Amino acid sequence: MLEITPAHYMVLSSALFMIGVIGVMVRRNIIIIFMSIELMLNAVNLNLAAFSQQWQHVTGQVFAIFVIAVAAAEAAVGLGIILAFYRNKETVNIDEMNVMRW
Amino acid sequence: MVDTLVVPLLKIIILLNAVLVAVTYMVLLERKVIAWVQSRLGPMRVGPYGALQPIADAIKLMTKEDITPTRADRWVFTASPIIVMVPALIVFAVIPFGPEVELFGRSVPLYITDVNVGLLYIVSIASLGVYGIILAGWASNSKYPLLSSLRASAQLISYEVAVTMTLVSMVLMAGTLSMVGIVESQREAGLWFAFVQPVAFVIFFIGGLAETNRAPFDLPEAEQELTGGFHTEYSGMRFALFFLAEYANMIVISCVAVTLFMGGWLRPFPSVEALGFLDLVPSWIWFLFKTFVFLYVFLWIRATLPRYRYDQLMHIGWKVLIPIAIGNVVVTGIAKVLL
Amino acid sequence: MGEAVIFYVLSALILGFAVLVISTRNTVHSVLFLVMNFLLVAMLYVLVGAEFLAVIQVLVYAGGIVVLYLFVVMLVNLKRPPEVHQDPRRQARLGLAVAGAVLAELVAIIVYSSASPAAPAVAAAGQTVEGGNVEQIGWLLYTDYLIPFEVASILLLVAMVGAIVLAKREL
Repeated sequence: MLEITPAHYMVLSSALFMIGVIGVMVRRNIIIIFMSIELMLNAVNLNLAAFSQQWQHVTGQVFAIFVIAVAAAEAAVGLGIILAFYRNKETVNIDEMNVMRW
Repeated sequence: MVDTLVVPLLKIIILLNAVLVAVTYMVLLERKVIAWVQSRLGPMRVGPYGALQPIADAIKLMTKEDITPTRADRWVFTASPIIVMVPALIVFAVIPFGPEVELFGRSVPLYITDVNVGLLYIVSIASLGVYGIILAGWASNSKYPLLSSLRASAQLISYEVAVTMTLVSMVLMAGTLSMVGIVESQREAGLWFAFVQPVAFVIFFIGGLAETNRAPFDLPEAEQELTGGFHTEYSGMRFALFFLAEYANMIVISCVAVTLFMGGWLRPFPSVEALGFLDLVPSWIWFLFKTFVFLYVFLWIRATLPRYRYDQLMHIGWKVLIPIAIGNVVVTGIAKVLL
Repeated sequence: MGEAVIFYVLSALILGFAVLVISTRNTVHSVLFLVMNFLLVAMLYVLVGAEFLAVIQVLVYAGGIVVLYLFVVMLVNLKRPPEVHQDPRRQARLGLAVAGAVLAELVAIIVYSSASPAAPAVAAAGQTVEGGNVEQIGWLLYTDYLIPFEVASILLLVAMVGAIVLAKREL
């Protein structure tokens, strides 16, 4: 228990990932769902950093940086879509996002 | 044990207290300097020439009634002054006030830590300060603070880009992100980087004024339009925390400018042998002196220049400073490759 | 010993804040908990010796992306609570059950793999670069991963243009 191995980080990151999955599945506020996706990406990054330490090589960290870059792009476009949607329907509830056009 | 725990702890305690005292006296200095510029005397009643005014102010602010508006979001309203204050203080961890010196028989570096991502650490921690401002405006549940906090955060985010771009060109010059390493590379170059990178220096200074919400970019607290800014609904010590954070940020910007552009703890013209007698002054005094000069210029500018309009502010940030900063990075990179 | 204590405290806080992010009613509070979560994850990065990643996490995630979220939460000023209407076909219980099943599966994989001999923790030969963490990452980014790096920059540019097109009412 006292020695921290990559397995510890994997347990932590899978738990974090699951919390993100539950957030996506259970909540209906699309902003919260987006934040849950960020939580999942963070869980993945945590794993990559832990493996990078295990192998004494920074490739894992480089991948994590790419994940962060993609997350930034995703947040910009996703939040733009949310704003555009909100302007039309005055809601952020995904259960009301069920028509293809209006 | 002593070197890893006691000495750093002592340094942290001394530094935090020094920063807080400096911040309270910055308020007095500001009132005095502006008074002198306007041919007034400034505070004169408390102590000789008003020297004890900060203590009186502190007592007043601490004993004032602490009001939380009924419709405010209580938790966020309480947390946001703290969120503003903490980043302003923890940035000081990587600022090098001097090299290693002999003190009581042991070699003590005059900085808390020297990490290999020092400059990025400062940028990233400073970028957290914007939360406190947005949340203060939102939690107050009042129009003017909300408008002001939106203005302030837009301003901070816009000018952060230009400032970070100048830092990129400085990292290209120094070849390291460590604050101590940047000063050492200026010693090796024998020249302050302000002379090599005057464009970056000017952009950094203008960006620094905007980042700290100082005149002429003090739109977030423009009294004529927004009553008081994002802290309109605050009172007592919480209100004081916003001001302390603003002045602490001024000191941070000055310290970073000194480290990056003015050679940190180095004496003027570090390569000129004839000026060797200047080394008699301890290095940390040089650092504090240069920082003081910067702070004085901050106050001088506030007393001299009128405030910009909001569209002018955005125009300067996005259409003037950022293109020049990017061009400066490109030119620096080409020069670094060719020379 | 010290590392273990720090790890367990940070993990508990990370998971606690993550649960608060998805369970809080007030969206602004949720965003705040998300920031706390990201800062704590950055501390874990420092613990595994990834300083550059930690700083980038604070700079990009906590200082950039989440500020964007906060702006959107404030712009989307809801007159009615967002979660009133629920689609009758929605099966939240099933979602929880699926998440639990996947978690059990992951834990089983980890337990199974930790029982088998651990992978050798050695550096891949001929791949290590001298210098600190920042130099190593920079070296890899600009040699082996140069094309992914450029693609990522194009992706960011496209995302920027896309966000502006989406957010502007009329061009």
